[in-house]
This record gives sequence, structure tokens and C-alpha cells, in this order.
Amino acid sequence: MKLKQLEGLLGDLQQFSNPNVELEQYPTGPHIASRMLFTAENSYGDITDKVVADFGCGCGTLSTAASLLDAACVIGYDIDLQSLETATLNAEELEVEIDLVQCDITKLELKGHQIVDTVVMNPPFGTRKKGADMEFLSAAMKVASQAVYSLHKTSTREHIKRAALRDFNAKSAEVICELRYDLPKLYKFHKRKEVDIAVDLWRFEPRQN
Amino acid sequence: MRLIVHNMLTCNIKGVVNKFPLRIEAEKVIKKEVDFNPDFLRHMLAKIEWKALVDGARSMGYTELPDQLESEESYSFLKKFHHALLELHLEEGSLVCQETGRKFPVEKGVPNMLLHEDEV
Repeated sequence: MKLKQLEGLLGDLQQFSNPNVELEQYPTGPHIASRMLFTAENSYGDITDKVVADFGCGCGTLSTAASLLDAACVIGYDIDLQSLETATLNAEELEVEIDLVQCDITKLELKGHQIVDTVVMNPPFGTRKKGADMEFLSAAMKVASQAVYSLHKTSTREHIKRAALRDFNAKSAEVICELRYDLPKLYKFHKRKEVDIAVDLWRFEPRQN
Repeated sequence: MRLIVHNMLTCNIKGVVNKFPLRIEAEKVIKKEVDFNPDFLRHMLAKIEWKALVDGARSMGYTELPDQLESEESYSFLKKFHHALLELHLEEGSLVCQETGRKFPVEKGVPNMLLHEDEV
């Protein structure tokens, strides 16, 4: 599948009908989502025929992208039932198979001899619940056996790198590219029509146990 | 919820020791065919908790899996493994913690693993 085709398909997905600001529910736009998953597969071989987990999957944009790139199995995890219902509809619409689990990712304990190969995620940045970004990263690093792809604000770059290598068992922590995340005015308190945040797309490799 | 997902889920209630596997109480199971990928399946054999898979499949009405992992990975064996792991969907039912009896509901194929305040 070509990048443009993937981006086009993701643009048709339904997004949050009633976004919850406390959960930092923002859609992952098709531009970012397509590039993230396309790079994960074409540069690193981390998606096709792999078991992929999407932490904080929301309406399932990254999960859908993984499935369209022929992941063997895609599992989306989120705390919000409404989002998971939208993710179910999106999967049906695009005729892809996505398993979904409702849970608090920071409290989840997954067993299974490293069944999950790759974790992809667009986690909360930690603007509402402080440290949420780190909690998601920590959880992902415990589950993935091959790689974790994650988006974090560029302003947190040094902090993330240090934490990943020192505390979260990362063998490597690389910023693959810097992207602009267009956040449309979703919430009443947003003053500007659109805001553009610098985010890093990270690839982390966990150390083998 | 498919059994590949079930093979990873544990009961994360504070203090529970016997957290895996969760026993399945099936109310509605559906079957959806997916492409057979023998390389992927062989790769998965080393990672799956076999007994949990066999018991889970049985709870969902599929009894064809052998109790022990076969040393010879024949085509027919892999087809059964494929069916159990990837083609059975628990749409409605519960996942039950073997130690506490706590039921995690499964609705429209989505298990709800959220804990109550006193369980954290």
C-alpha cells in the first residue's frame, strides 16, 4: 500500500464525538498516523505479520493503520468506552480486524512471553494528568518485545531520552523525525482556531530479558 | 475478544497471586475467518500459554486442540491452532479471576478490565 493511499483511508475515520479533555483526547490525524506506521514498516519491518498493540487507541486511527499495513494481529487498549465503540465502527467500516480492550493502561499487567512485538501510541502529553506521558511509555516498554513508537512533545526530548535509557529498559531511544501536530480547536478553552505543536516521533528498542 | 488477547490478560486486582489465566464464561461466540499464515503461527507457538489456550477454546465450544503441544507442527495441527487463536470471538460473556471470582464483563467483544476503587 502506498503512503498516500493509507493517508486517504485514514482520513475517512470517525473521530471523538465528545472528546474528554481530562483524558487529552485528540485525534491522531491521517498525516501523522500514516507516516508513523509507514515508517515503522518500511524502515524497520515492525508492523507486517507482527502483533501490534496500540496504547490509548482512542478511535483506533493507529490501530487501523497497522491493520491496513498487514499486521498479523492488532490490539487497541483504551480507558474510554465511547472511543472504543467508535473504534469498532471504524474497523467495520474499513473491513479490518482490531481486538479492543477497555482498561487503565497504567494498571494493566500483560502476561505472555512477549506476545506483543510492537507498541504504537499517541499517548497523552501529560498536560492534564502530570506524568501521563511517562506512565504510558513505561507501560509500553514492559510489553513490547521489539519496538515502541510514540509521540512526545519536542520540548520534552531530553527528559524522555534520559528516562527511557535509564529507567524504562531501553536499549536505544531515537527521534525518527520531528512533526507538526495540528490540533484543531476542540475544546471551548482553546482560544486559537488551530494550534501547531512540535512533536517527536520516537522509536525505542527494549532490552531483551 | 480473541484467544490471542485472552492469552495475555491477567487479573490485576491488588494482592492477587493466581492472576492468570482468566476463566472464560461464554454467552455468545462468533467465528470469523482470517487468512492462514503458517509462519506467523509457528512463531507464536513458543509464546503462547498452551493450557490457557486449550481451556479457553473449550469454554468457547472448540474442543479440537490437543492437550499437549505436538512436536510435529503438521498442517492440520496448525489449522486448528489458527482457528482457536484467531477465528473465535467472544462477543458476550465474562472473564473470571480464578482466585477471587471477580468477573470482568465482555460486551460487544470488548473486555472491561477496569478495576473498582477498592481493588487498586
